[in-house]
Amino acid sequence: MDQNRRNFLAQTGKFIMLTGAAAVAWDSILAGTPERASNYKLTDHWWAMTIDVDRCIGSGNCVRACKQENDVLNEPGNFRTWVERYQVRTDDPDHPVVDSPNGGYDGFEPITNLAEGTKVFFVPKMCNHCAHSPCTQVCPVGATFESPDGVVLVDKKRCLGCRYCVQACPYGCRFIDPRTNTVDKCNLCYHRITRGLTTACTEVCPTGARRLADLKDPNDPVHEFLRTHKVHVLKPQMATGSKCYYNGLDGSVR
Amino acid sequence: MDRGNRHYGHVLRVAGLFLFGFVAFVIVRQVLVPPDFNLDGYGFFRAGALDEIAARPIAYAGQATCVECHSDVQDTRAKGAHAPLHCEACHGALAKHADDPENVKPATLNPRRLCLTCHAKMAGKYDGFPQVEAKEHAGDDACTSCHNPHHPMDGMGG
Repeated sequence: MDQNRRNFLAQTGKFIMLTGAAAVAWDSILAGTPERASNYKLTDHWWAMTIDVDRCIGSGNCVRACKQENDVLNEPGNFRTWVERYQVRTDDPDHPVVDSPNGGYDGFEPITNLAEGTKVFFVPKMCNHCAHSPCTQVCPVGATFESPDGVVLVDKKRCLGCRYCVQACPYGCRFIDPRTNTVDKCNLCYHRITRGLTTACTEVCPTGARRLADLKDPNDPVHEFLRTHKVHVLKPQMATGSKCYYNGLDGSVR
Repeated sequence: MDRGNRHYGHVLRVAGLFLFGFVAFVIVRQVLVPPDFNLDGYGFFRAGALDEIAARPIAYAGQATCVECHSDVQDTRAKGAHAPLHCEACHGALAKHADDPENVKPATLNPRRLCLTCHAKMAGKYDGFPQVEAKEHAGDDACTSCHNPHHPMDGMGG
C-alpha cells in the first residue's frame, strides 16, 4: 500500500512538472522567437515614409539599393520600389507622359526634343503601408497583414500565390516572385528598422527626397516636416489610410 | 412503433456522420493552423512571421557604422556639398566589409559613370542642383582629375 502511494506521488509529481515545462514551452512559442532586438517594442513605433517630389533627381539609387538589400530579381515587373518620370504639358495636364525604364534601375536618359511648355519631374513609388490596406483585407489565409508597428508585411511561408492582393493594391506595389511563386512587396526594410537602421532607399538617397518616419517618435523630424509642408497621399479617394506622404505631388500623378 | 424505430436508426447514422465531420474538422484545423496564428494584440496572421522577416541579414551597413572607422572622410565631407550624403550612396552596400574589414574590400568605383548618375544634365532636376553636359564640361577627362568626390568644390570657390 505504501509502495503504491509512493509510486502514485512520484508519478503525479512528474506529471505536474512535465505539464509545467510544456506550459513554459508553449508560452515561449506563443511569445515568438527572441530574434528581434530585445529593446524593440512593436507598440512604440508607427512607421511611415515621406517623399519630397521636388527633391528627387531620378538617380535610381533607391531602386538599385532596394533590389540589393532585399534580394529582388532584376527582371521586368520585379520592383519593391521604382521611380517614374512625368512629362506634363501645361495645356493638357490630364494626360501626362510617364516613363520608367526598368523602374529607373539604370537611371534616366535625358529627354530629347522636349516640347515647349512641359514640366518634368520624378516620382518615387513604393508600398504606401496603408493603415486600412485593401491588399491585406483580401488575403484568404492571413499571409499578408498590417503589423502592430504599421508595416504591411508578407508571411512567405503562408502565401499561396493566389494573386488576389496583387489585384487589390490600388498602387500596383505587389508582384509575384517567380522563384518562390509567392507575393513580394516593400516591407519597409523591416529587418533594418527593427535594428535601429533606416531603410536601404533612404540610406542611399542622395538628396534626402525619401525619409523613413516613425510617427510615434516625438523626436522624429517627420513632425516638423508634416507641419511645415503641404503633403498629400496617392489616391486619397480610395481611403486606404496611406502613410506615404508626398510633398509637391502633382495632380497628374496616378 | 416499427416505423419509429426505422427512422431512429436513419437519423442516428446522419448524426454520426455529422459528428465524424465535426471531429475531423477540429482535428484538421488543429494541425493546419499554426499555434501563433491570430493571437491577442496581433491580428489575423502568424505572429512568428514578424521575427522571421526581421531576422534577414542587412546588406547596407548604415552611415553610423561607416563613420566609426572612417571619421576622417566624414570630417572632409562635412565641409562640402556632399555632406548630407551617406557613404553607401556612392560606395554601395558594404555591411560585409563592415563585418570583416580586413578581408572584404569595397569595389573600386568608376567615378565618371558614378558622378553622372546624379550630375548628368537632365530636365526634371530641381533648380540649383548642379548638372553638367559631361562632354562640354570635361571632354573625356575623369571627374576626379579636378574634383574631390568627398569635397567636390574644394579650392574652386564652392
